[in-house]
Amino acid sequence: MVKHHVSTTVNGDPVEFLCDPDQTLLDVLRDVLQLTGSKEGCASGDCGACSVMLDDRLVCSCLVLAPEAAGRSVETIEGMADGEELHPLQEKFLEHAALQCGICTPGILIAARALLDRNPDPSETEVRYWLAGNLCRCTGYDKIVRAVMHAAADIRADLRGH
Amino acid sequence: MATALKRDEIQPALKWIGTRPVRPDGVDKVTGRARFGADLSLPGMLVGKVLRSPHAHARIRSIDVSKALALPGVKAVVSRDDFQDMASEFVPAGEMLINYRDMVRNIMAREKVLYEGHAVAAVAATSDKIAKQALKLIEVDYEILPHVIDVVEAMERGAPLLHEDLITAGVEPPPTEPSNVAKRVEFAIGDTAAGFAAADIVIEREFTTKPVHQGYIETHACLASWSEDGQAELWCTTQGQFIVRAHCAKLLGMDISRLRVTPSEIGGGFGGKTVVYLEPLALALSRKSRHPVKMIMSREEIFKASGPTSGAHVWVKIGATRDGRITAGEAVLKYQAGAFQGSPVQPGCMAAFAPYDLEHVKVVGYDVVTNRPKVAAYRAPGAPISEFAVESVVDEIAGELGIDPIELRLKNAAKEGTHAAYGPRFGPIGLIATLEAAKAHAHYQAPLGPNQGRGVASGFWFNIGGETSVTININEDGTVTVVEGTPDIGGSRASVCLMAAEALGVDYEKVRTIIGDTSSLGFSFLTGGSRATFSNGVAVKQAADAVIKEVCARAARIWEIPEDAVKWEDGRAVPAGSNAGEFEPLSLADIARMAGKTGGPIAGHAHLNAQGAAPSFATHLADVEVDKETGRVTVLRYTVIQDAGRAVHPSYVEGQYQGGAVQGIGWALNEEYIYGPDGRLQNAGFLDYRMPVASDVPMIDTVIVEVPNPRHPYGVRGVGETPIVPPMAAIANAVAAATGIRFTELPMSPPKVLKALDEANGAGNGRG
Repeated sequence: MVKHHVSTTVNGDPVEFLCDPDQTLLDVLRDVLQLTGSKEGCASGDCGACSVMLDDRLVCSCLVLAPEAAGRSVETIEGMADGEELHPLQEKFLEHAALQCGICTPGILIAARALLDRNPDPSETEVRYWLAGNLCRCTGYDKIVRAVMHAAADIRADLRGH
Repeated sequence: MATALKRDEIQPALKWIGTRPVRPDGVDKVTGRARFGADLSLPGMLVGKVLRSPHAHARIRSIDVSKALALPGVKAVVSRDDFQDMASEFVPAGEMLINYRDMVRNIMAREKVLYEGHAVAAVAATSDKIAKQALKLIEVDYEILPHVIDVVEAMERGAPLLHEDLITAGVEPPPTEPSNVAKRVEFAIGDTAAGFAAADIVIEREFTTKPVHQGYIETHACLASWSEDGQAELWCTTQGQFIVRAHCAKLLGMDISRLRVTPSEIGGGFGGKTVVYLEPLALALSRKSRHPVKMIMSREEIFKASGPTSGAHVWVKIGATRDGRITAGEAVLKYQAGAFQGSPVQPGCMAAFAPYDLEHVKVVGYDVVTNRPKVAAYRAPGAPISEFAVESVVDEIAGELGIDPIELRLKNAAKEGTHAAYGPRFGPIGLIATLEAAKAHAHYQAPLGPNQGRGVASGFWFNIGGETSVTININEDGTVTVVEGTPDIGGSRASVCLMAAEALGVDYEKVRTIIGDTSSLGFSFLTGGSRATFSNGVAVKQAADAVIKEVCARAARIWEIPEDAVKWEDGRAVPAGSNAGEFEPLSLADIARMAGKTGGPIAGHAHLNAQGAAPSFATHLADVEVDKETGRVTVLRYTVIQDAGRAVHPSYVEGQYQGGAVQGIGWALNEEYIYGPDGRLQNAGFLDYRMPVASDVPMIDTVIVEVPNPRHPYGVRGVGETPIVPPMAAIANAVAAATGIRFTELPMSPPKVLKALDEANGAGNGRG
């Protein structure tokens, strides 16, 4: 099978890779580009541990074929912090102990940022339904939902301040 | 009566324990930097894959791997012939016993395959694709045998036998015929017949629960690298690197010193990562191929081939007087073990009536093999099943007698001095404190709407200690590195840092804790049994005391005074009294800087068997609403009240309470293994095995009760397991209050609830 040559952007950097036509974006991120922050929990789009942004769309990277990334922009957990400065969601997840084992955390952070980018003032119910595609088996979601609400409040305060 | 003592009454002026700092491994986990089981790669690495049985029960006539081996890119194939048979020998692993004769058969089928998904062969190849292709080229000749999935059917005479030589243990005289019943156990005190004769009301019910999976989001994964000199390294996700080392060394016939196991970050375990599946296969493949071999289970493989907990059939009978005093309790528990014996029926028996101070109790348990994956530990193994049944009947008795369910429990609650039916006398315990806190909680008084009901249930778990090693190294600048031997599954590094900071009197930020590999620290039992914070706390305190003794000696040398004229106060060496002389206090940093001149590096070690673990009791409150159109049960409000002994890092204690409660909600309402008549699992994926998602549950309120464990330096009991015990009964009791219908079969999924509502002809006039 002839490999595809793909040019894309990952976390703002130009990236080229070779992949099989049926290889998933998740496999390429993890195995070819060594970006192992995105996790595989199911490979069927049910757990959300592999969540990334493809342009402006939140996707399960296990359901995206790697060649589909050509000419587009991929954002992963590795690109979430701005240098030494953590994103408010990352800060609040630490402060509110919103992770136990941490395996679902990258996917949940990416999904939560996608929510706050669209709606910086979500209700608890909106947060819960938005994150319904991200399984967490440790926390019971309580501290995750609280951390997202607190981060949203911080982001709103920041927006008002500017 | 046990009461919650204030923190200062136990140990005045604790500075760090009870605070909520950011965990030391936190930033790595929010940036994607943390490395889990599947995240490591090595040069020249191969991909390992497992061929699994499509049959529930079959004899293996032959396995031909020649075509697979001939495929270019295939470097090794292993099957039953690559593993030595093992003698029957029971060893503890987690809270269960493991038999190596069974283990070697579970990691790789020998005479027979005993469940769909049972490993038959494994290949290592240069790519994922070639490995998958190679699996298809392996020819297995099966003689298909009749199978049995249900626990009650498996116990019937004439049921298909999984093990033709299995004679029930615990029965006198021993049966002459083999069966699927591996063991009978019994725990009894008093005379239940006399107890029931004294009762005004006796209720007996039968319950059924389904196997449920731990559901850790991180799949099993490992990377093995075998050297030409017979030494090996193994990287894997596990709850216990030392247990993995022990099992793998045994299965591969190697000296323990030749195998170094490094635990990755662990993406959830809940008991399910206390056994080995892929690890010995990866080592065997690496030994054969002389390449590093990485293996990762798919989610489907996890459901079919790793251990859920037992499904069960339970019979319970409880008698009580009109004024609510329980006079006797009996239960018979039949637990599925899966393909090999070792269900958690024994702890299930022991826990069944543990929350009650009873004179007459009899519990009988049966450990039953069926053509399903061998069960593994799952959070308080065995207890959620038996306590679901008991707490349901207790609720029914309260209802029949017209007594508030918390009052009924208070009348019968186990307390300090209670002789538990399973043997010991309880020391100070917090059950009554949790019941009082539940009664006083705003949740218990809140109004309910139509089709809504409230349920109460209590729960118990033993907690364990065990073998533990800890090293504390004082670095040259006075900062502190702690090495512990139990993987951090939910924040225990933070707890260990807090306890070390407390013991040494140094700042939390100056302490960092790592998880040692098996060659860098003495043996430590695994993360399980709610033992990590408890046992590491005992060891940290002892190691810190050794450090303090040493730094005081160094200060004495610097000051040229006797060692006993120096004391450690608030993180500094000071003269013990005015007679000792006038010296400026020396901090840990001061002493560490001069360590080279005063005797060399400073460290403290502890290697011990932590004793004095104490049980943790809880009481849960659940409000539900039942949708009469669809049968869906929605949890509206939930409160967990549990005795932690002492919450070292309260946020992560709350997290254990909340996470356990939500796993219990899943167990109660949705999760189940569904088998077809062909003995194959029909829902081996997260779409059809429905674990709770964020929109399924409310906020989970928590109340941390602290009745300190007098046998721990900081009062710790262990908190991880009890939270999954009460939810099933709390929700069933709430559903009964909302609908008037008593559900005795889990899960209470919408089709089942709707059917029951229809059968009751839409009558929703509950007792609640």
